[in-house]
Amino acid sequence: MSGFVELAKTLDWSPLWISLKTGVVATIISFFLGLWAARKVIKKDYRAKSILDGILTLPMVLPPTVAGFFLLLIFSRRRTFGIFLNDTFSIQVVHTWLGCILAATVIAFPLMYRNARAAFEQIDANLVYAGRTLGMSEVAIFWRIVVPTAGPGIASGTILTFARAMGEYGATSMLAGNIPGKTGTVSQRIAMVIQDGDYVTAGFWVVIVLVIAFIMIFLINLITGKRMKNVRKW
Amino acid sequence: MKRLYADIHKRIDEFDLDVLIESDAARIGILGESGSGKSMTLRSIAGIETVDSGHVEAGGRVLFDSASKTDLKPQKRNVGYMFQNYALFPTMSVLKNVMAGLGRATEENRIKASDMLKRFRMDGFEDKLPGELSGGQQQRVALARIMVTEPELILLDEPFSALDSYLRDRMQVEMLEMLDEYDGQVVMVSHSRDELYRFSEELFILSDGHIIRHGEIKDVFREPGNAMAARLTGCKNFSKIRQIDGHTVEAADWGVTLKLKRKVPDTVHCIGYRAHRFEPVWGGMQDNCVKCDVVRVDDLPFEKNYYIRTLREDEPLCWSVQGEEQRIIDYRGLPDYLKLAEDDILLLE
Repeated sequence: MSGFVELAKTLDWSPLWISLKTGVVATIISFFLGLWAARKVIKKDYRAKSILDGILTLPMVLPPTVAGFFLLLIFSRRRTFGIFLNDTFSIQVVHTWLGCILAATVIAFPLMYRNARAAFEQIDANLVYAGRTLGMSEVAIFWRIVVPTAGPGIASGTILTFARAMGEYGATSMLAGNIPGKTGTVSQRIAMVIQDGDYVTAGFWVVIVLVIAFIMIFLINLITGKRMKNVRKW
Repeated sequence: MKRLYADIHKRIDEFDLDVLIESDAARIGILGESGSGKSMTLRSIAGIETVDSGHVEAGGRVLFDSASKTDLKPQKRNVGYMFQNYALFPTMSVLKNVMAGLGRATEENRIKASDMLKRFRMDGFEDKLPGELSGGQQQRVALARIMVTEPELILLDEPFSALDSYLRDRMQVEMLEMLDEYDGQVVMVSHSRDELYRFSEELFILSDGHIIRHGEIKDVFREPGNAMAARLTGCKNFSKIRQIDGHTVEAADWGVTLKLKRKVPDTVHCIGYRAHRFEPVWGGMQDNCVKCDVVRVDDLPFEKNYYIRTLREDEPLCWSVQGEEQRIIDYRGLPDYLKLAEDDILLLE
């Protein structure tokens, strides 16, 4: 135990902050993007819906390294779009924190999108119609009726998105790399120290990750729990 | 300026909605079975449902006109819509629900909303969530939410179907009271003839997407005009007829010849007779009588339905007996004949 305390004192804590920051930013982006995409998709007819749904869900189904490969193809500073971004806006994605965010967002976004879509589809359309006949604007209907009513589904989607974004490894390692203090996330640090045979440090990080994971699960249950009370056992 | 005009054409797959509702009555009823297109008609008037072509006008304003490509958004129609399930916003308090249609949450709007709740005897419930209210209370909130926006037309979509039967009766009376001070037009659709009889001044009967009969409520019930409308107004007994002369017809399914004082138009090929209207006859046969040969009795809490054999095995006549009449039957036994009163014979096209 005293070894752990000693370790905590000398440890480079930067991976935790990088992971948390990445998780928060990627979740915020995914949140708005996911709600927006979900709202667009449920308005489409069946065909367009299936196609769009497939595309938007793809990053979740693909191995993260494959997603990372595509991201590298797009953002590499040796390729057209990467060059354009660098020359015009001085934006660099590869091997930067922006790369961490991008990789995490792409991988975690489908969780937000799918949860939001499922929650929206459960909503009684009459609520929206009632809002309209009462003269409420579409924006007001969305933020004051639809989102609150879909609240539990959206909340659990947000938490899952955050968890996934924080733990992202495959695409991040390819796009952002593992630069200590810059793009070195917790997941990457664990992989790295294990390669060095430092199981104590790895174990320390694992404990931290487990604690965070339990907090996440607890939060989800807390938010969706109220609904579960009315579920009949079978 | 109280005049509703709704000419609506809409095709969905195999279903064809083609209705014309024109009325300056304050209380308009639309009667129809489920799937007849009555809710779709209401939704089209409110602008929730798209319409292929037609013209909709209410409160002196054109809401929809396919010729001039006018199609006001539901937000701009100023038409109140009460949904079957009331569609109260589940995450908002009762007060917030009523304020939802008023725009900004100003103090003035707050007062307006709580005054309206008071009028509907829902004061004290402002902070409750809709899920904590009974069905009847939810309905009052839904109506308050509509009334506070001062609509020019109110549409009620099966307003009582979500209520328990004991509450339904009370809310029907209450609804009439609550709408008492409202001077715009109200349209109610229902599959229940009782609800609509109580509520409407003018009735439109909708069947398979078309209006098959309309008119003043009492007229429509007295003279439904066609078999489908008669059935929807509660008539249970029908027979095909063969005209013998202008005043004599043979009710082919019942095996009885009827003599009528009024002239039977050529277009009439069916007659209807309401189950409550038979007159029992003991002893000898009179004119316009069927033999009272009971095949089955159906015991209901406050009435008995006797089923009388006819020429058609599968369709016996239904004779409903209540109260005093039942006591006479208990005393004298079943009658020998049932007489059809001339005024109650429905001539149907």
